[in-house]
Amino acid sequence: MTEHSTPDDTGADRFPDEVVARLEQDAKELISRYPKERSALLPLLHLVQAEEGHVSRAGMRFCADQLGITLAEVNAVATFYTMYRRRPGGDYQVGVCTNTLCAVMGGDEIFAALKEHLGVGNAETTEDGKVTLEHVECNAACDFAPVVMVNWEFFDNQTPESAKRLVDDLRLGRDVAPTRGPASLCTWKQASRVLAGFDDGRGGEGVQAAAPSLAGLKLARERGWSAPDPGTVRPSTPEEQGEEGSK
Amino acid sequence: MSTTLTPILSEHWDRPDSFTLDGYRATGGYEALRRALTMEPDAIVDMVKQSGLRGRGGAGFPTGMKWGFLPPDNPNPRYLVVNADESEPGTCKDIPLMLANPHVLVEGIAIASYAIRSHQAFVYVRGEVVHVIRRLRRAVAEAYDAGLLGKDILGTGFDLDVVVHAGAGAYICGEETALLDSLEGYRGQPRLKPPFPAVAGLYASPTVVNNVESIASVPSIVANGAEWFTSMGTEKSAGFGFFSLSGHVTNPGQYEAPLGITLRELLDMAGGIRAGHRLKFWTPGGSSTPIFTDEHLDTPLDFESVGAAGSMLGTRALQIFDETTCVVRAVGRWIAFYAHESCGKCTPCREGNFWMVQVLDRLENGRGTEEDLDKLLDICDNLLGRSFCALGDGATSPVTSSIKYFRQEYIDHVEKGGCPFDHSRATLWGDRPTSTTTERGGNQ
Repeated sequence: MTEHSTPDDTGADRFPDEVVARLEQDAKELISRYPKERSALLPLLHLVQAEEGHVSRAGMRFCADQLGITLAEVNAVATFYTMYRRRPGGDYQVGVCTNTLCAVMGGDEIFAALKEHLGVGNAETTEDGKVTLEHVECNAACDFAPVVMVNWEFFDNQTPESAKRLVDDLRLGRDVAPTRGPASLCTWKQASRVLAGFDDGRGGEGVQAAAPSLAGLKLARERGWSAPDPGTVRPSTPEEQGEEGSK
Repeated sequence: MSTTLTPILSEHWDRPDSFTLDGYRATGGYEALRRALTMEPDAIVDMVKQSGLRGRGGAGFPTGMKWGFLPPDNPNPRYLVVNADESEPGTCKDIPLMLANPHVLVEGIAIASYAIRSHQAFVYVRGEVVHVIRRLRRAVAEAYDAGLLGKDILGTGFDLDVVVHAGAGAYICGEETALLDSLEGYRGQPRLKPPFPAVAGLYASPTVVNNVESIASVPSIVANGAEWFTSMGTEKSAGFGFFSLSGHVTNPGQYEAPLGITLRELLDMAGGIRAGHRLKFWTPGGSSTPIFTDEHLDTPLDFESVGAAGSMLGTRALQIFDETTCVVRAVGRWIAFYAHESCGKCTPCREGNFWMVQVLDRLENGRGTEEDLDKLLDICDNLLGRSFCALGDGATSPVTSSIKYFRQEYIDHVEKGGCPFDHSRATLWGDRPTSTTTERGGNQ
């Protein structure tokens, strides 16, 4: 997860009135989903990130005003969670998993190759404003290692070569599709809006599962293995269960 | 007789429409909910108790017992919170489950909520998986439209609302009380227990927090009976679960099997360690569980046997490392993770992990001393059991277990003045003459 060291303290203190008027509608919708309104704070922070690409002072002020809490209270939360950018970044956030499993499987080599290829360091953005590179922690796709996430969509089983092609395509504006995800990649701001809680209607796109997710099922089908038939399971006594042990 | 796989939650994942309501219903989906709604809520709690289902999120607490802890006389609303913050390094089962079959989770939520008399459920999903969140929201919307959620579900008078809530990047929010603080809109920091969430959980109301796989297992228990469930697994570790193989294995992936299966059996199914290599060490249940070696190939992977062998079953996240892997590097990287993810509330965890990163870094780079091993063990002594939650405890697992099994490898780094391993050999492409892709997921 990102180390965004420099908070954005330089921008405006508040959103322009027209932005507030527009986002207030969204904010009301989000707040209405929860029994207590403060529960909407994380969604609201995703919402202001969808507006600006990062969480600015004005964005935090907006959240505070919607919930009737202080700027300091919002700041305390916004700085705790690594998905909130504290300064502007690129349209595409490229995160290379460098937790142990992915690092060993080649994540370190991928991250090093991308740093050199893009000429940026961790949590830095290319000059064209397209790509922010960072290393990320385990993203629950270890059976697809090494994994690269772009705007929090899966790009599985990467190599240094495939990852370099990926960032080149992103910078050239070519269509890029995640391995397991929607038919095309959305921007960072669009992804943030989904995270806030506004559906983009793309949940039906993409595969239901990829090969590693199906590895056990495929083998079971080949060998004719299945779960016990509930019709044939007879009530067993505790002694029998103990003797059976692992079956 | 050897153990065989038992695809249950994953049984229909090879249907391209497995994530849709139509696809799920075509394979019997929501029949268990229909049945559950004809039962007394307490009878469902009893059924889950009898099944012996234990929490699939790592701790293994009996699910039915957790449901039974809700105080009957508390007038506040009751909440069901599903922990979908899957972040433990190595753990990768709930995410593919929600991608391929979100409806089994939705059905489990409806049954569990009915059983505990809750009318409001939340699914707290880690934020870093946008498409999984889309899929889950789509399934929830489909269920509302079909009268399977919302008001007067299936005409029974039972009401339930479900909110899918995206987190924002914090491993600690997988800890149930930190998750609740996060869901309330605060920094995700653990609470002191007791009181447990059953008594004072979300908004200080009675709350059940269950893992995705636990809740997703409930429809099959209601449909097939507690005896069907206990016909799998062992006496104290009943039923089935995902075993997630990753790393240096020929066919990594999800293998759904009865608890008590062994790594030897699973490796045999997964085509073995990648060609030309041998097993060095592995985690039975994620990075917070002490590592095992090839001595443990025949340890039954159930809660009791893994515990007796000195580790924990955890999330059945089997990260497999062969002899090309440097254990000092592996452990150092895990501790860097714990240091980064420590919420900072408790001094032993915050400071202990910070200092272990420094010590492991110098050891890996050949600038450490043999005394550094004692220092690491001393820090672990001051960490284990001394913080609010288990994050700090988990961090000690890879350190103490790796020193136990691979002390000499640490000393080799000291004596050689650097790492004796060529890291490039451990990569996915390290052993291949060319970088062509290999077909994955197939059978050998």
